[in-house]
Amino acid sequence: MSPVHYVALSVILFVIGGVGVLVRRNAIVVFMCIELMLNACNLAFVAFARMHQNLDGQVIAFFVMVVAAAEVVVGLAILMAIFRARRSASVDDANLLKY
Amino acid sequence: MTTLHTVAATGALKLSWLLLAFPLFGAVVLLVGGRRTDRWGHLLGVLMPVAAFVYGLIAFFDLLGSPNRSQDLHLYTFIQVGSFQVPMGLLIDQLSISFVLLITGVGSLIHIYSVGYMEHDSDRRRFFGYMNLFLAAMLLLVLADNYLGLYIGWEGVGLASYLLIGFWQFKNSAAVAAKKAFVVNRVGDAGLSLAIFLMFSAFGTVTFTGVFGAVSSGGSGVATALGLLLLLGACGKSAQVPLQSWLLDAMEGPTPVSALIHAATMVTAGVYLLVRSNPILALTPTARLAITVVGAVTLLFGAVIGCAKDDIKKALAGSTMSQIGYMILGAGLGPAGYVFAIAHLIAHGFFKAGLFLGAGSVMHGMNDEVNMRRYGGLARLMPITFVTFGVCYLAIIGIPPFSGFFTKDGIIEAAFGKGGTSGAILGVCAVAGAAITGFYMTRVMLMTWYGKRRWESEAQSGERHETAEPLEGASAQGAHGPAEEYHPHESPPVMTWPLILLAVGSVVAGGFLIIGERFANFLGPVTGLPPETHGIWTVPGIVALILALAGVALAWVMYGRVPVPAVAPRGRPLTVAARKDLYGDAFNESVLMRPGQWLTRLSVYFDNRGVDGLVNTLAAAVGGSSGRLRKVQTGFVRSYALSMFAGAVVLVALLLVVRL
Repeated sequence: MSPVHYVALSVILFVIGGVGVLVRRNAIVVFMCIELMLNACNLAFVAFARMHQNLDGQVIAFFVMVVAAAEVVVGLAILMAIFRARRSASVDDANLLKY
Repeated sequence: MTTLHTVAATGALKLSWLLLAFPLFGAVVLLVGGRRTDRWGHLLGVLMPVAAFVYGLIAFFDLLGSPNRSQDLHLYTFIQVGSFQVPMGLLIDQLSISFVLLITGVGSLIHIYSVGYMEHDSDRRRFFGYMNLFLAAMLLLVLADNYLGLYIGWEGVGLASYLLIGFWQFKNSAAVAAKKAFVVNRVGDAGLSLAIFLMFSAFGTVTFTGVFGAVSSGGSGVATALGLLLLLGACGKSAQVPLQSWLLDAMEGPTPVSALIHAATMVTAGVYLLVRSNPILALTPTARLAITVVGAVTLLFGAVIGCAKDDIKKALAGSTMSQIGYMILGAGLGPAGYVFAIAHLIAHGFFKAGLFLGAGSVMHGMNDEVNMRRYGGLARLMPITFVTFGVCYLAIIGIPPFSGFFTKDGIIEAAFGKGGTSGAILGVCAVAGAAITGFYMTRVMLMTWYGKRRWESEAQSGERHETAEPLEGASAQGAHGPAEEYHPHESPPVMTWPLILLAVGSVVAGGFLIIGERFANFLGPVTGLPPETHGIWTVPGIVALILALAGVALAWVMYGRVPVPAVAPRGRPLTVAARKDLYGDAFNESVLMRPGQWLTRLSVYFDNRGVDGLVNTLAAAVGGSSGRLRKVQTGFVRSYALSMFAGAVVLVALLLVVRL
């Protein structure tokens, strides 16, 4: 299998993740979709590293994983706080900060 | 041509500052002291001019006895900037001392008269404060030894005139008249201040000695410009055409103000200015011609207005304008006319003050009625006022041996003596003015003193007199209904004595000054001697006298032989025009006021719509668009995500495009 297929898969995954972020209301699902987009990027990095015979892409993928882990820790903590205060995990309910 | 040489003041003249200090002290005490001085304020107000007059007499005799009659009292250095110096000092010479005696003498009499005239006015103290302020400013005007000091006095009398015309400021007409006088005078003052600027830039000095010494080397252009600018200043202060319109409205002030300021002294300041500046005028025939033209036009203008007015004070104001026209005409004729202009000014000070105070005395007895059509037959009821008014009347129309005959005929003769076409035209104007003077003054006399008692209503004849008596005390001033009743009575002695003294002055002043060329010899060193005159009886003088008598006869035919209607008839077009001040106000309104208003409206429109409009539109556009843009911030996380997504897509697309 040529690496191009991996890139194509990563694009598909990224689009699924992006659409999920835009259309889903549940904050947990939105987080999952973000994770999906990050991992699609990881896949693309690894595929490109393979294509160009260069390890930089694989190194970056590790960084992305670290960032994703940190993001999930902070994001889920915020999510818990919001849920406790408002009894809802919908991103549309938390809309007080606006014009 | 004469130049001015002065020596430092000696003897009693070292105290000349007292002339200014007396009335200034009175004004400060009365105006700062407020109501505390109400009880004795008028006494102080009378004492100060009298003290100044006494000192003026001492100074006059001191000057007569001194070999050098042009003395300068240095007071202090007013301005010192670099090489520019204005020393403030008083110049006591033949010209200024003549004015001092006129101002303080006639001024004292009018102050005494005012004690009686203003007795019922609750603000009498303030009135005397303003009058003293006026005297101080007027004395500074004639005594200053430089143009800047003269200018301070000039503005001071303008201020005092404004305050006194608007003295009864609760009357709208008085407030408007005061404002009008102030504004019109500013136009003239602009001329005077430009003249002073020009002196400073051309000669670097504004003292009389400095300017007169340098003017001959400055070229005729500078002299002509100075002469014309000084003429503009004189026109404003002396109510000459085209700045004449304020004087008739100025009659809104109390009558003593009209007598002192708007007849005897302040309005003659323009004549003083021109005569004082005679070394400048000597170099510029153009300006002198302009001065004579202004004088001749005004003397006819004022006389025609005087013929049609039914308000006694306005008729006299027209006459004042006309007489000052004579003086300005005289001042434009050069050394031939200066002496007669000043002599006429002094004589006019007496008889016109007497006429105005007489009119005030009539108003005092007639509940402040000024319409001559409601007078008539007053001669028996006010004998002293009648006789003094009559004497002043004979003086103004120039019947020998009263003073107007000598002084006015001097000017008429000087006008013919100018020679050439212009001399003939000016002379004819002056003679025609004398004839019209005879007409309108006789009209005033006949309408006021003779004929039927037009003020008597049917109800007031005989037996109703007793019941109506209590009204008399309450008739101080103010509006009266149509059913009012008049009780004409002679004024108290405090008012009649000044009238008597002024009448005596009207009889003797002219003859004393002119016969034997006494005044010419006295004033000659300042103004230059007039050329040899042809004595008292000259052909133009006799013609003027005959024409004046013809005017008197015509007035008798129109107003003496037939009864005067109590309501003014419509009159011919000229009469209608003269009643409206020969459309002077209409001219000012249509030529100056209306275009000015349009200009301001246009500027306001441009400012509101143009300048402000641009700024406001810009601000509104920024505010409006940001208000709309704000709505993008909805608070929905997903919409933010969509915008970021869209942004990223656009970014990528752009990158691709650029790369291609």
